[in-house]
Amino acid sequence: MTLAKKKAMTAYVFLAFPLVFFVGVRFGPMLYAMIRSLTDWSLLRKTNQFIGFDNFKAVLTDPVFLKSLGNTLRYAIVGAPIVIALSLGIALLLNRIIHARGLFRLIYILPYITPMVAVSWVWRWMYQTPPMGILNAMFSALGLPAVEFLISPDQALYSILAVNIWVELGYCTTVFLAGIQTIPMDCVEAAKIDGASERQIFVRIILPLLMPITLFLMIMQGIQFLRIFTPIYNMSSQAMGGPLDSTKSAALYIYQMAFTKFEMGRASAASLVLFAIIMVVTLLQLRIFDKKANNQE
Amino acid sequence: MKRLKVLGMTLAATMLLAAQAVSAAPVTITYWQYFYQSKVDLMNDLIKQFEAKNPGIKVDQVTFPYESYNQKVAASIPAGEGPDVINLYSGWLPMYVKAEYIQPLPKSSFGASDMKANFYSFVSPAVNFGGKLYSAPTAVRTLALIWNKKLFKEAGLDPEKPPRTLDELADYARKLSKYDAQGNLIQAGLTMQPNGQGHNWIRDVLFRQFGAAPYDATGRKVTYATPQGIAAMQWYMDRIVKDKVGYPNFMTDDVTAFKAQKAAMTIDGSFRVATLKAMKDLDWGIAELPTHNGIKSNFASFWTNSIVSGVKGKQLDASVKFLQFLTSPEVMEQWLAKVGELPANPKIAAAHKDDPIINVFMKGLDYAHVTAFVDEAGQRNLFVDMIDEINLKGAKVEDVLKRTAVAEQKIFDDFWK
Repeated sequence: MTLAKKKAMTAYVFLAFPLVFFVGVRFGPMLYAMIRSLTDWSLLRKTNQFIGFDNFKAVLTDPVFLKSLGNTLRYAIVGAPIVIALSLGIALLLNRIIHARGLFRLIYILPYITPMVAVSWVWRWMYQTPPMGILNAMFSALGLPAVEFLISPDQALYSILAVNIWVELGYCTTVFLAGIQTIPMDCVEAAKIDGASERQIFVRIILPLLMPITLFLMIMQGIQFLRIFTPIYNMSSQAMGGPLDSTKSAALYIYQMAFTKFEMGRASAASLVLFAIIMVVTLLQLRIFDKKANNQE
Repeated sequence: MKRLKVLGMTLAATMLLAAQAVSAAPVTITYWQYFYQSKVDLMNDLIKQFEAKNPGIKVDQVTFPYESYNQKVAASIPAGEGPDVINLYSGWLPMYVKAEYIQPLPKSSFGASDMKANFYSFVSPAVNFGGKLYSAPTAVRTLALIWNKKLFKEAGLDPEKPPRTLDELADYARKLSKYDAQGNLIQAGLTMQPNGQGHNWIRDVLFRQFGAAPYDATGRKVTYATPQGIAAMQWYMDRIVKDKVGYPNFMTDDVTAFKAQKAAMTIDGSFRVATLKAMKDLDWGIAELPTHNGIKSNFASFWTNSIVSGVKGKQLDASVKFLQFLTSPEVMEQWLAKVGELPANPKIAAAHKDDPIINVFMKGLDYAHVTAFVDEAGQRNLFVDMIDEINLKGAKVEDVLKRTAVAEQKIFDDFWK
């Protein structure tokens, strides 16, 4: 064996471990779920029969599942763009400041490194109606009417979404900051000498150069919001995704189907539907943004 | 061929010896319950007492957090990793009996007449499926009205005189409610928490007091969608919508609100007594649930012990012995003293009727009903959603109650088909 071959062999051996992990922990269960979605498997029944696409029919005609899908899309469509836009803005501002740089960065990353369950409960208390929540105490002191937040079917979803956006800002800002620092300063300097305005520099130089990072974050955040679970589980009363299913995401629906109703087959079908949606959305994003990124070059 | 024969004989002899060794070794059985500190501590004590009396038997206690307990049970038993003896909520029994997770108790040890003689009358129908008894409780629980004496005094009410009727309850609740300058409720006169004990209070108390039976005698048919049922629901909703004395999730939930002294009255179970007793600065009283139209009613439930399917032979004998121990008068006494839950045997409970708190619950047990839940979480949620729809979306009580009845009937029909 030549040295090159030996080196390649070593690489393959090392790569094999993650592969085993991936097959065993990711693909295996996924395939298993696909098979199970075609059966009437329930933890409470001994039978385990093949029933074709009945589970898919059942979940796709279940108004609660459809509502949870609608909610999920709302989380993603509203949440992801706001996170990206805000974190880009914050990253640009953070890049400008000279004093207490580290402190500011720490402040923005803190929510992200705090456990989501703790974040959710703190916000749940802050959102409470009088006499408990600090937000309403502030409104009350200013003579403003109380805001219902989590107990209103119209506001609860956005209240939860706001918390998730706040948490994700830390991550996205950090990634954008790293991206901004890779932009070659001579490009910007040259543009400045040529008389480009701040706006032109931002639109013509910084934004295009950040395109790959934006694409990456858009996809990651899209997936993140489409799988949203923890804040809803912890911020809605008894983890039900209420009031009136107004905050229930598809992931929470799947969890409840599997672990409170014990209908594993149906839960598998619902999770495959969610999987398909995430897949389509991600592919669409790749297509659209990739084209844009290529056009700009 | 000869060698094979020798091998076979050796094998048979080894197995015989092994079997004998097993019979001499102590039998170990596993007991599951959810984690509740005082219950776990007491159970460790009880196991020691039981093992001292039954030298051949060892008991392992395993506990899980309450939130994931039902989930753990459902996932483990079919996988054959479950316990021998298990503690289950009465509302879960139909589900686990239908799934054949638990086995009928042997008639020789737990006969129908023993059940009638040694347990409150509502226990037997709740553990009887197809003429077989599947479970036996140590303790039972029921509801009562609990009030904050300090807040009564502040509102100019006699702290020793709780409301006796629903009309009085509504009147007191109005007097005990406080609002800020913007009109926000800052002290609830009465907790209105359907996902706590509220849905049970509506189901088995309010409906009956307004003249509607919640279910028929089989417990499989919903019968509350009547003018009387609507009147009961209307009474409940008027407290939230018209009187504004409380609303769902005020201060996150009813227990938090009452403990923080931000709710003056609440309807809660006997299991809450230990928690309230531990709060030194809380001055509270307890009384039977208010009556209406002269009708008394209450809701009872219990955590109960069953033997898992597939347990047989020596394991089964040991499990039955342990179950008999758990439902014995001596254990009920200890359970009352250490956990604070009421003995499932009315005779044992009667011996404590001088304790004012126990007395209130004992009286309640005399006229209590048990709901034959088939999907406790699902059925509870229907009531939670019903109240949210009326309160938050302005839906009509009559329409939503009828829809809820249909939905709950569907849960029954799907289960019993």
